[in-house]
Amino acid sequence: MARRRRPRLAVWKFASCDGCQLSVLDLEDELLDIARGLEIAYFKEATSTDEPGPFDLSLVEGSITTSHDAERIREVRERSRALVTIGACATAGGIQALRNFKDVREFASVVYASPEYIETLATSTAIADHVRVDFELQGCPVNKVQLLEVISAFLNGRKPNVASHSVCVECKLRGNVCVMVTGTPCLGPITHAGCGALCPTYQRGCYGCFGPMEAPNTASLVRAFRHAGSSRVDVVRVLRTFNANAPAFRRESEAQEKGEEEGK
Amino acid sequence: MRGEKTRTIQVDYLARVEGEASLTIRLEGDAATAVRLAIFEPPRFFEAFLRGRSFMEAPDITSRICGICPVAYLMSACHAMEDALGLRVADPLRALRRLLYCGEWIESHALHVFLLHTPDFLGFPDAMSMAKKHGEWVKRGLRIKKAGNSLLSLMGGREIHPINVRVGGFYRAPARGELEALLPELRWGRDAAAECLEWMSRFDFPDVERDYEFVALRHPDEYPFCEGRLVSSRGLDIDIRDYDGHFVEEQAPYSTALRSRIRGRGAYLCGPLARFDLNFEQLFPEVQDLARRAGVAPPCRNPFRMLLVRMVEIAQAFTEAVRIIESYVAPEAPFVEASVRAGTGFGGTEAPRGFLYHRYTLDETGAIVGANIVPPTSQNQLAIEEDLRELAPVLANLSHVEATHRAELAVRNYDPCISCSTHFLTLNVERT
Repeated sequence: MARRRRPRLAVWKFASCDGCQLSVLDLEDELLDIARGLEIAYFKEATSTDEPGPFDLSLVEGSITTSHDAERIREVRERSRALVTIGACATAGGIQALRNFKDVREFASVVYASPEYIETLATSTAIADHVRVDFELQGCPVNKVQLLEVISAFLNGRKPNVASHSVCVECKLRGNVCVMVTGTPCLGPITHAGCGALCPTYQRGCYGCFGPMEAPNTASLVRAFRHAGSSRVDVVRVLRTFNANAPAFRRESEAQEKGEEEGK
Repeated sequence: MRGEKTRTIQVDYLARVEGEASLTIRLEGDAATAVRLAIFEPPRFFEAFLRGRSFMEAPDITSRICGICPVAYLMSACHAMEDALGLRVADPLRALRRLLYCGEWIESHALHVFLLHTPDFLGFPDAMSMAKKHGEWVKRGLRIKKAGNSLLSLMGGREIHPINVRVGGFYRAPARGELEALLPELRWGRDAAAECLEWMSRFDFPDVERDYEFVALRHPDEYPFCEGRLVSSRGLDIDIRDYDGHFVEEQAPYSTALRSRIRGRGAYLCGPLARFDLNFEQLFPEVQDLARRAGVAPPCRNPFRMLLVRMVEIAQAFTEAVRIIESYVAPEAPFVEASVRAGTGFGGTEAPRGFLYHRYTLDETGAIVGANIVPPTSQNQLAIEEDLRELAPVLANLSHVEATHRAELAVRNYDPCISCSTHFLTLNVERT
């Protein structure tokens, strides 16, 4: 009987900091077992091996910010049986999506002496805005244990077991004292679980790096922030970080900005 | 290959570096007429969108420039803001910052040494396939890396993009018992680093000597992390506030990364080799002995031997971490409170890949009006291109496959972090 072929894994990078794909290499205890169980067919940061595909699972890091990358992601999709996006850049556009609220040509002129050499799109967008995505793993960065679960689930043809509740629930499970009680603004009630409520455990408010949970009540939380003394400018800043372009955070920050302009 | 007039060596997407870059070398006989390290990492415009953000947000936001060395960004940003606000962070908070930085040096250097660079010396495409023959060494490297990450996890909350650093110190200071629990693994790491250094010192290193101008921080009492004067092997000795007066960033049409030079001179080198050369006496005596036994001591001007210098710095970081924990007394408060004022602040710290400079101007509300960030890979780009130019006579006498491999190896010496530099590689060798 022929030996079963090892599943082929590819790891792709678009506009990003490399941190989420580094999470694979940060699985120090599991890395060599992963390499035995899987064929790492394309992973530029880790190997010179360069297989053309097709791939059983593609992990995609980063956002789409150039027309070349918008084309490249379509090719990646065509060569991948399953495509999973990893991290806030790939699932929401990342910190570089702050350009979506401003003029990117002006941005280029601030950083480069000859901005005309720089080819870039006006927006930074999630991978799912361009191609069909089979699963999105949120986080800036992703949680490496969740990443291992997602890889394992896809290669075994099952649904990943990744909790969809809020950071607030994780925080209660850890038995932390709520930081909002001491007047610290915290995005925990509207932020997707996955970090284990790290920030409140370290006595700071959650800053939303895992992005919005499903159906978050952003308006209610913002009212609580405002009641506790945050200005609209503060609220807009808090919502516009690593997941600024995620629809729930974007809608609320734009509503607050409009309110500020209208003097409400 | 002799007899051919012109040829081009081209690598369209360099592997085992952090980020996206290509390399083109055009050879005419034994001479390189063009060397281009083109960085095609898409620009993310950090300096532009930092305008209007609070001074308190700069550390967390700029840490997202690089997932491999976030602590360097956290530290340079904090120091720059504290400079602008007239804040002084003293021991034991200062010692805790050094401890956090030890974790990043160990984790980042181990990633490069064991997973990205050693496969070049032993002829493997990656560490995973190298493990089939050299399993014990790969496992040792991963355990060293994990020990560094365990420091980051405790001190920072997580390995990548730590959440516990703030202007003025930390959100939460660790208890002595939490740190002491790490001691057995850190002591193991110190000994393991020495064994790995001895093993690697027997690798075959190409015989290359380059006349670099080294640039690094120098501090009277310690191997540099966060503080000191910026000095060079050719007499530069400045306060980091004077950085802009002595260094200039330029844009090349083929690259999205800016590149730096010393005004009036040109290329220079920062990073492990520079720190080692300019600060050898500040290494712990036992680490100096380890280095000498492995055959590395200043002047070391062979870029391929950067592998060994990184191992020396891993040993230094483990030794320093053990010492900090052994004498740790928890601070009264985890941070020093800042009062807001308008002004300009300068921060420069030693990222694993070299000097990382931040400058911010704040308005009276503490909002950022202007930001400038110069990462180490931007500073080393010209030196990398000059290394390749000097390598040209060697490349000219190799087959295309061998020449490409050798050129890639020369670039990987630097552990270039391309994500940082655009805030980098594909090899194109052209032969005429």
